[in-house]
Amino acid sequence: MYSPIIIFEALANGLMLGAVYALIALGLTLIYGVLHIVNFAHGALLTVAMYAIWLAFEKFGLDPYLAILIVTPLMFALGYALQRFIIGPSSHGSDNGILLVTLGLSIVIQNLLLAGFSSDTLTIATDYAFGVVPIGPLLLSLPRVIGLGVSLLTALLLWFVLNRTDIGKAIRAVAKERLGASLVGINVAHVYAMTFALGTACLAIAAGLLMPTFYVSPTTGAAFVLVAFTIVVLGGMGSILGALIGGLLIGVVEAVFSLFLGDSLGQIGIFLIFILVLLVKPTGLFGARG
Amino acid sequence: MTKNFELILALAFLALLAVLALVGLPGNILNLFIFMMIVALTAQGWNMLGGYGGLSSFGHAAFFGTGAYTTTILQTTFGINAWIGLVCGVALGALVGALIGFLSFRAGLKGSYFALITLAFAEVLRILANSWDFTGGASGMMVSLKNSFWDLQFADRRYFFLILVVFVVLGLFLTRWLERSAFGAYLIALRENDQAAQALGVDIFRIKMQAITLSAAITSLAGCLYVQNFLFIDANVAYGSWISIEALFAAIVGGAGTIAGPLIGSVLLLGLGEITKSFSGGIPGIDLVVFGIILVLCVAFAPNGVRGYVADLYRRRMNRPPSSPKIV
Repeated sequence: MYSPIIIFEALANGLMLGAVYALIALGLTLIYGVLHIVNFAHGALLTVAMYAIWLAFEKFGLDPYLAILIVTPLMFALGYALQRFIIGPSSHGSDNGILLVTLGLSIVIQNLLLAGFSSDTLTIATDYAFGVVPIGPLLLSLPRVIGLGVSLLTALLLWFVLNRTDIGKAIRAVAKERLGASLVGINVAHVYAMTFALGTACLAIAAGLLMPTFYVSPTTGAAFVLVAFTIVVLGGMGSILGALIGGLLIGVVEAVFSLFLGDSLGQIGIFLIFILVLLVKPTGLFGARG
Repeated sequence: MTKNFELILALAFLALLAVLALVGLPGNILNLFIFMMIVALTAQGWNMLGGYGGLSSFGHAAFFGTGAYTTTILQTTFGINAWIGLVCGVALGALVGALIGFLSFRAGLKGSYFALITLAFAEVLRILANSWDFTGGASGMMVSLKNSFWDLQFADRRYFFLILVVFVVLGLFLTRWLERSAFGAYLIALRENDQAAQALGVDIFRIKMQAITLSAAITSLAGCLYVQNFLFIDANVAYGSWISIEALFAAIVGGAGTIAGPLIGSVLLLGLGEITKSFSGGIPGIDLVVFGIILVLCVAFAPNGVRGYVADLYRRRMNRPPSSPKIV
């Protein structure tokens, strides 16, 4: 049998990994909550951010955590441009159009990365990658502890932006009632693009938190995106709190399944939860609409 | 451009390809044609559900892979004839379709939720096939080389190409039948407005179930034929997202919900992909970049695909009003 220490460590690892999952899902759920679209390009954009972090380290010797400060505004701008100039105009506002355009974009991005970087997996070697933080009898990985802290901080920051700033107010207004918002003078296309940009910026932070312990290849993001979808559906599409709790939950589930079934089958647990939630309660734990 | 004219044009095109293949084509061109037909058949299956029913699946690999694995396992592990394997593959693929449909349509899933759940089912099957000994695990499975009609293998690949053309022709006729049948009319009605269709007495659950079963059967047939050509299968080929994406791309670029759309789309996309690959000196993934750009352009400027675009051009020249834009 497994000793309690191993199980507790798996749980703690799951929570810490789940926090980064939650951060990825946060961007996705924000975009869904406002634009009512499922952004299939989310995973590909995460991969872009991870390559950007890798490039910053490889070419300029920048620490991944510091690179977050540079990559985040870049991803913000990329997200804004994508929604404002490509996704918005080309989808004619139809749900299916947006679904297909974001799918098309994800294929383009993923394969441009494949053409540019080949399919090799790239890693960053930092001297703190194997650092540990002793908490009681548990030894926790330092990068993962940082990941948990920064993810929660980002969620808090996002909450602040949405609830305490003018753009946040505009975003919430458009999410509630698009026509009404445009009637009182809110530029809906701009707000959509800002929302998309915020969601994409979250990915830059997640990428910076992942890179010290993870690797990047053109398909890395695709692996995360299904997990992120699961979290978003579990937490309720559009719910920020749901994404946070869903992310932590999924992290723990993956850790526990991997402990008992091995890594590759550990993923099955996530998909089964995903299918089950979609079938039984598609509105999720905290979702308002179906 | 009437529907019958469209059908005749498609048949004439296929006849031309068949004659070209019989007269003699370089091996790599013939291989490209073979692949075009396999993708066209897969896309014809996708079109039944995604085009006519408006239910975009992102996981048709679930059916493609089930067909492919069924016939491979029956032939390799149990020594059963390839044609019987093909029939079993189609049957099991249809069953998987019915099962996924039953679960998703019972829960009332549509739009992006349906796209997501089909994607998830395909991923579950991929992971299972990748870790299960019965399906050869990560190293995959091979079908032994036999080269006879009864084993659905041919030393001369031209004959295999002709068999594929026959199946694609059958797919065209099946689609034409669907358009004329009451079933097709119900399916289109629920695509345009499922609540209105239901209010008018259409049993939308039953119609969706029939559509996904038919769609899955055709796509799993394509999976079986894929194995007969390449004689090898592994989880990432059979259940990988590449085939879900090619099926969807081909149908939508060619024209979703039309008879010839999937065929047009697969010929156009794979042809263009091959041209870009040869011009760029074989940079990996460059053909998929082109596919993605074409899909985005199609959604932006030709929402009814190449088939719809050509039809509108023709109508404009004839000074007839354009067809009403389809709400997909």
